[in-house]
Amino acid sequence: MIVFIIRRLVGAVLLLFVVSAVTFSIFFVVPRLAGATAEDLASRYVGKTADEQQVRQMADKLGFHDPLVVQYGRFAKGIVAGADYDYGPAAEHCPAPCFGYSFLTQAPVWPDLLDRLPVTASLAAGASAIWLLAGVATGVISALRRGSIFDRAAMGVALAGVSLPIFFTGLLALGIFSYTLGVTAPGSSYTALAEDPAQWAYDLILPWITIAFLYAAGYARLTSSGMLETMSEDFIRTARAKGLPERTVVLKHGLRATLTPIVTIFGLDVGLLLGGAILTESTFSLNGIGRYAILAIGANDLPKVMGVTMVAAFFIVLANLVVDILYAVVDPRVRLT
Amino acid sequence: MNRGEPAVKTRPAVTATATGAALAILLAACGGGTSTSGNGGGTATAGVAAFNAGVGSVFNPSDAKGGTLRLAHSGDFDSLDPADTYYAYSWNFIRLYGRSLVMFAPAPGAKGSTLVPDLAATLGVPSDNAKTWTYHLRPGVKFEDGTLITAKDVKYAVERSLDKTVFPDGPTYFNDFLDLQGYTSPYKDADPNKLGLKAIETPDDATIVFHLLKPFSGFDYFAQLPATIPVPAAKDTGANYKQHVVSSGPYKFDTNSIGKSFTLVRNDSWDVGTDPNRKALPDRIEVTLNVNADDIDNRLLSGDVDVAIEGTGLQPAAQGRVLGDPSLKKNADSAAIARLWYTSINPDVAPLDNIHCRKAVEYANDKVSYQNAYGGPAGGDIATNMMPPMIPGAQKFDVYPGGADNHGDVPKAKDELKQCGQPNGFSTTMSYRAERPREKAVAEGMQQALARVGIKLTLKGFPQSDYFKLYAGKPAYAKANNLGLMTNGWGADWPDGFGFLQQIVDSRVIRATGGNTNLSVKVPDVDKLLDQALLTTDLVAREQIWSQIDRTVMDNAVVLPGVWAKTLVYRPSNLTNVFVNDGFGMYDYLALGVKK
Repeated sequence: MIVFIIRRLVGAVLLLFVVSAVTFSIFFVVPRLAGATAEDLASRYVGKTADEQQVRQMADKLGFHDPLVVQYGRFAKGIVAGADYDYGPAAEHCPAPCFGYSFLTQAPVWPDLLDRLPVTASLAAGASAIWLLAGVATGVISALRRGSIFDRAAMGVALAGVSLPIFFTGLLALGIFSYTLGVTAPGSSYTALAEDPAQWAYDLILPWITIAFLYAAGYARLTSSGMLETMSEDFIRTARAKGLPERTVVLKHGLRATLTPIVTIFGLDVGLLLGGAILTESTFSLNGIGRYAILAIGANDLPKVMGVTMVAAFFIVLANLVVDILYAVVDPRVRLT
Repeated sequence: MNRGEPAVKTRPAVTATATGAALAILLAACGGGTSTSGNGGGTATAGVAAFNAGVGSVFNPSDAKGGTLRLAHSGDFDSLDPADTYYAYSWNFIRLYGRSLVMFAPAPGAKGSTLVPDLAATLGVPSDNAKTWTYHLRPGVKFEDGTLITAKDVKYAVERSLDKTVFPDGPTYFNDFLDLQGYTSPYKDADPNKLGLKAIETPDDATIVFHLLKPFSGFDYFAQLPATIPVPAAKDTGANYKQHVVSSGPYKFDTNSIGKSFTLVRNDSWDVGTDPNRKALPDRIEVTLNVNADDIDNRLLSGDVDVAIEGTGLQPAAQGRVLGDPSLKKNADSAAIARLWYTSINPDVAPLDNIHCRKAVEYANDKVSYQNAYGGPAGGDIATNMMPPMIPGAQKFDVYPGGADNHGDVPKAKDELKQCGQPNGFSTTMSYRAERPREKAVAEGMQQALARVGIKLTLKGFPQSDYFKLYAGKPAYAKANNLGLMTNGWGADWPDGFGFLQQIVDSRVIRATGGNTNLSVKVPDVDKLLDQALLTTDLVAREQIWSQIDRTVMDNAVVLPGVWAKTLVYRPSNLTNVFVNDGFGMYDYLALGVKK
């Protein structure tokens, strides 16, 4: 197991290296290949009335005149060893892993990401717990009571959940529960978990449920179809023939066999969510990684976009690793080597 | 300053379903009738909510102090640093924690467009044919730490604003007009006191003298720029100064989480005796950043937020709801702003290099369609020339009347096409910002209108972030790609002819490197008139020149005016002392108070 984890971690580092190179290429190499000059790139980061000299100075300051290899080397070095940036009166050290220095806000990206990560992590943790429990439970019951009113209603709601976009359900939920009934927190509410756990949960319950409404639908349908298939397998009939209680048959044998694909999807979904729930954070005005990303994209703030990309890639890689390890727990036939 | 466009950066509108609660009706207990505004301008309406009650008069006038004013922003704040900000809302808000040499009067109506002394005791005194301007500071004005503010602090503030590698986003008026003699930045200044700039002198602690490269009769407008808000050199941290700006106004920073929120509390070192302009009513001011734009509207309507700080008006969803519901509409104001939505006609692109072809476009344009693209009358009035009527001295005229119904004069357009040698019309490309559905609607409307006379438009959308830097605003690109018509928009840096016109009609501001806001006006007579205006110290005579410039541009048919913009802003019942300041085209944040 340990060898497996070490091997995967080394692979993860290599993968992140590739992601960083590809990301850098997309933002800095491709435009140059398309004919953009250093000044063209710099012109996005000067004021509206900047003259040629000011654009050239900005290009110098941002290092756009350096060879692309040097620029990438500087970016990569910043991640492993930190970097220094001129903020006027002196230079500021951006400690590793320094994902660069925002061209627009003139602030290092990494502290921004660290600052916003708890919001996104809180969102992902609460929402994933709700959708997993609600989705799997609904799916199991639907499968066991196939064709019942519950099954039809649950699958109908699940279909609605998958179909309705978060910016619709989110704004609707805010309008009804926060601004009309006043039972949930308004948008942009967030309290740190360590500061006040109850307030933390109160502030996030509406975003959690809104995300869970979307995701749980898929899990319910996945669980339901998996359970239907599993419950018709020979080993279930054998289990019943051995006289095992139905509860044990369903939970220990049926559900466990169904869980493997759910664990896979769950890991990836959580990993994606940790990389930024753009729509949810935008709808609920939560200053997490997703909101940070979308604002950076809108403003063409490339170091921020690259930073978010790296963090998102890290979480996806991590989620994959965790999923692989969980396979062994869920399915005894899997051996990690 | 620019409230939307190139210079002006407004946030793109986000449409979505909006829901919310009904507003509480303003209390009759507030009293009725009218009274004279405590701000010295316009009238005051107390207690009777009505549509546009905050335009031209003070709604809910009050001197009651206390409470928390809550503002929300749909994006990040431009910059809290006075050297690096270029948004109307930011220049409006900054007066709460900073005092520039002069400022726009915090008054409703036309008086809001007039300048009054702030940190200075009087407006500037010109000499040397308006090449030298002198200001004397009020005595006793202090920073938040109790230190007396001197002329050197103002000089340092202007000096640091010159460094565009550290503060790229602020205006460049001081860079362009001061006699810098090569000076670029106090951060590269060998002078130990970082005051090596010769263009600004401080003969004593209370006097500051600006030496210009060329005469400029409207220098007081520069003196109102946030760059003249004093900065103590010892506390300057360059690009990081925005994290803690040292206050010289009635409020100082309590918390500041960049990109998320900040709060202001009373500055104990501020002395009302040194400040005739500020009431400083709320005890505390909270600003939340990066709030979903539709969510802000919902919260305004439910009373959970007091002000949408950007001042760009309600989103389309809430706008429709407010205008359709009298109980909500009475709490709204349609604020005219010094902004023109227009289309640049590119004389570099054939056959638009022929004035008759340009005139054909002007006559064929459907003005009503243009207005509808911006939301109809709620979005603004049909513009017939460049300068918005709210700008002092602006005259309204129509060189290219669009017929009785304003849908265009097709026969006249066809006649101009004949004179152009293109009787069957021609083809060209029209650009717009892809993220702006209204600009796309303008282009589509224009496509239909011009097709009536045989002018075929190919529509092309460009990303708005690079629209001026790399595409429409880069002359070589525009010419090479046959961009004959380019949707555009411009808000005045301040409501006067220079503030509105200079950046969009002076051919000498066009740079080959791109980033231009003047996309089509290269008329020598206009440049001459601009120079003449800079030398004219008589206000009335100067205003006549601005109007003359407007007419000359229109005569050359290089600009097709579309809409003089309006925004629909909402005032929750919690607000007191509410009025639209014409200087900013939004509620005056300096005057606002709250009931709770």
